[in-house]
Amino acid sequence: MESNKNFVVGIFNDEDVLLHAVEGIRGKGVKIQEVFSPFPVHGLDEVLGYKRSRLPIAAFLFGMTGTSLALLMQIWMLGYDWPMIIGGKDHASLPPFIPVTFELTVLLAAFGMVITFFIVSDMKPYKWPRQFDLRSTDDKHVMAIDLADNKLSKDEIGQILKDNGASEVNEKNF
Amino acid sequence: MIADEIYVFKPETKRNIIILGIVGILLFALGVFIASRSGGHHEAAEGGHGGHASVEASKHLVASTEQHAAAEGKGHEAAAGEHHGSSPLVKRIFTSLWQNNIFFAGIGIIGLFFIAIQYAAQAGWSAPIKRIPLAIGSWIPIAGILTIVIWFVVKEDVFHWMHHDLYVKDSADYDKIIDGKAGMFFWPLAHGSFPIFYVVRMVVFFGLWYMFFTWIKKEMLAEDINGGTLHWIKARKFSAIFLVIFAVSSSVSAWDWVMSIDTHWFSTMFGWYVFASWWVTGLATITFIVATLKNAGYLKMVNHNHLHDLGKFVFAFSIFWTYIWFGQFLLIYYANIPEETVYFIQRMRTAPYSWIFYANLFLNFVLPFLLLMTRDAKRHVSMLRVVCPIVIVGHWFDFYNMITPGVMKTEGGIGFLEIGLFLTFASFFLFVVLTALSKVQLVAKHHPMMGESLNHHI
Repeated sequence: MESNKNFVVGIFNDEDVLLHAVEGIRGKGVKIQEVFSPFPVHGLDEVLGYKRSRLPIAAFLFGMTGTSLALLMQIWMLGYDWPMIIGGKDHASLPPFIPVTFELTVLLAAFGMVITFFIVSDMKPYKWPRQFDLRSTDDKHVMAIDLADNKLSKDEIGQILKDNGASEVNEKNF
Repeated sequence: MIADEIYVFKPETKRNIIILGIVGILLFALGVFIASRSGGHHEAAEGGHGGHASVEASKHLVASTEQHAAAEGKGHEAAAGEHHGSSPLVKRIFTSLWQNNIFFAGIGIIGLFFIAIQYAAQAGWSAPIKRIPLAIGSWIPIAGILTIVIWFVVKEDVFHWMHHDLYVKDSADYDKIIDGKAGMFFWPLAHGSFPIFYVVRMVVFFGLWYMFFTWIKKEMLAEDINGGTLHWIKARKFSAIFLVIFAVSSSVSAWDWVMSIDTHWFSTMFGWYVFASWWVTGLATITFIVATLKNAGYLKMVNHNHLHDLGKFVFAFSIFWTYIWFGQFLLIYYANIPEETVYFIQRMRTAPYSWIFYANLFLNFVLPFLLLMTRDAKRHVSMLRVVCPIVIVGHWFDFYNMITPGVMKTEGGIGFLEIGLFLTFASFFLFVVLTALSKVQLVAKHHPMMGESLNHHI
């Protein structure tokens, strides 16, 4: 989809260097597209200036959908469509509906969250992720900078990366 | 790295707490006065009505086995009527005393339980706040004395099974079911004599809890002076042993002190239920004190991340309590066995308790669930200081509804008397806890996990 993009890719060996580098590079006004790391780096989200995900709000809404659907389904089924006497209780009585309501709340919240996450992250079948550097799954932290987002030239950005402790600076075109 | 911090129990705070206690005593006196003026008529009017209401209620809920339930209900009312030793007012005071005592004893013991959990789990985040549960734990010896003294005062007025006639085979009051359970109270003595097994259990439990509290406290304070990891390891060993003991003793004390009031009734969930209620109340108390100290400028190394953890504890265990509550309710509701449902009929469908039954769920589940759901709510002092008192008061109502209906039947009430006693207990409790807190370093000095806690980040 997004073809012919030019990226400058910085490779970092150490997460402390990386954290300071992110601060330094952003301080120079360079926009970082993404940082890939083999393990979660504490504080990386903050220095990258990411906003908090709104996924919890989506989860809450999906959960509420699950709750309402479950209650409506059970009240309609057991109260109106096919009333049955179970244990001498009223047709539509709340307590026995609670476990099912709970399960459907959790189910819809979980599925909704995963599907939302996939859509937001643009993950779909037959879509191959862009690999900036395969070593980001092993022992290197990989920083991708999109040239289209930045006014500076390739060489200037490469120099800034080097100044901030990058062990290598590569180029990547997709 | 860590500055010395000592909590100063200021004279103004002391004065305010004492005023709270005096207000409590005045409200209690007012409540007693009001109740004594309307008591006589009330009793006569409610006597017949109570049995009737319970029959009505069981008709509604227990369709097929209605007659059985009604008969049981009536029989029980009559039997209870025979035994009325003290006047309803005295019984009401005793019930409220016992309820407040059990409620606050629970918070005290949860202080120690919280510390034990932290050691057993090798938790690092809690290192700077451990002195607060430690101070709460200093209520344990007082709770022990109060429990034993109050028990000997209230005896048969609160505990129906203490009546001697229940165990005399020829007597009209002979109760086969209670006689069958009597070994739990009277062993090895004769049924209906002195409940030696019960009293010994009470003394042993408080004795064990106090012993472990002393041992763990000793290690925690010695660590301030000596440093090293040896004290931490020892405290962890004591904690692990304590947790095993507490697993058994918390359940048994719940049966003894709360469930045995409704002597005929039993629930296998009850030990867990009382524990869940104690635990979430204790967590709310710890969180509230931490948030308040933070607000007052203490606990400098406690940041949003530590508050977040405490908030998650209160949030999660409010849901846990609801799960246990519902687990107990659903089984009894569905099985619909009269001898079990009578417990909920007394609470759900009987006049003075019905609104508390629903308020209980609202205060202890709906409010904490919605208010603490977002990340920001758990991370900020202001929200925690709103939610924690709600949870504490909510669980006070929970204990009210566990204890009062079983003793007072339809004559129970909730008014200045109960609120006054709650405030009196609360002021006494706060005074003891804050005094204990002001006597030691507010933050452990050489805790081996302090560094981890300072870098805690979630």
